[in-house]
Amino acid sequence: MSTFDEVLLIVKQVCKHNEPVVDENASPKAIKISNEDLVDVCSELIQNSTVYFDMLSCITPIDNGVAAGTLEIAYNLYSIPYNLHLMLKVTLPRDNSEIHTVSHIWKTAEWHEREAYDMFGIKFTAHPDLRRILMPADWEGHPLRKDYRLQEYYRNIKVEY
Amino acid sequence: MGLLDKKFESGGILVAKADDLLNWARLSSMFPMTFGIACCAIEFMSTAATPYDLERFGMAPRATPRQADVIIVSGTVTFKMADRIRRIYEQMAEPRYVISMGSCSNCGGPYWQHGYHVVKGVDRIIPVDVYVPGCPPRPEALIGGILKLQEKIRSESMMAPKALEKLLAKENQHVNV
Repeated sequence: MSTFDEVLLIVKQVCKHNEPVVDENASPKAIKISNEDLVDVCSELIQNSTVYFDMLSCITPIDNGVAAGTLEIAYNLYSIPYNLHLMLKVTLPRDNSEIHTVSHIWKTAEWHEREAYDMFGIKFTAHPDLRRILMPADWEGHPLRKDYRLQEYYRNIKVEY
Repeated sequence: MGLLDKKFESGGILVAKADDLLNWARLSSMFPMTFGIACCAIEFMSTAATPYDLERFGMAPRATPRQADVIIVSGTVTFKMADRIRRIYEQMAEPRYVISMGSCSNCGGPYWQHGYHVVKGVDRIIPVDVYVPGCPPRPEALIGGILKLQEKIRSESMMAPKALEKLLAKENQHVNV
């Protein structure tokens, strides 16, 4: 049975670019890692037999607003055999936000990332099929961004009330 | 109308206005297109089920627009669905009618302000005959809407609209002068 500290130790060993930081306020406790380390950390977490995070429960982007100029992505992981929860957080710049896909590690990430792209406009590099998943293909803009403005007409239908 | 109340006298011959006969036939068998797109559809199903029994109005839900006379838009109309609704409506044979069921399809409902994905009223896509308010409307309310539509059909006429013709004639005269 692994504790959070043991998981943190594993993450620390894998991170090559930046030292991971613990976010105590997150629930469950989160480990903040850098964009470049994400794929290495994820591959290690799913393969390491002492933690075995075999399930990606959710990918949640958060827009911190224009003033902050950053976006966050939270990866909620779960280990079925060890009953462990973990949140990984990555901070991205708001403009041209790009991050490597994890869909080759967890298949379920494919659609989660499509939703993140649809709602926040985050580009997932090496994603096999990065299309909008909820909005129509010819929709303009990404609705959950803080500075999102509605288009006036969609296919000659007025959008505003 | 009372067509059936009258006794069939004069050797079983029935005399009626063509308008009345056609309208009576139409309003007595309005086959609805099954088009549920949100929670209103549950109320619609409950209306169609035994306790409220749509069959007594001669309404049997059809699964194809080709066989349907009325489309009951029951639920939230998203922009992605808008094209499909328009297409289904266009595939229905005339005369065709539209009942907008519930706040969402009436005007956007709870999504009127922040619902970037919701069409603020199905009447922006297809012409609506009857609006049924409610979120969702109870089966009684939907039946009320159906009766309103029956009333509307009852007053229809095959005759060319004389008043409009006269108006147009006047307009043309005006243009000629």
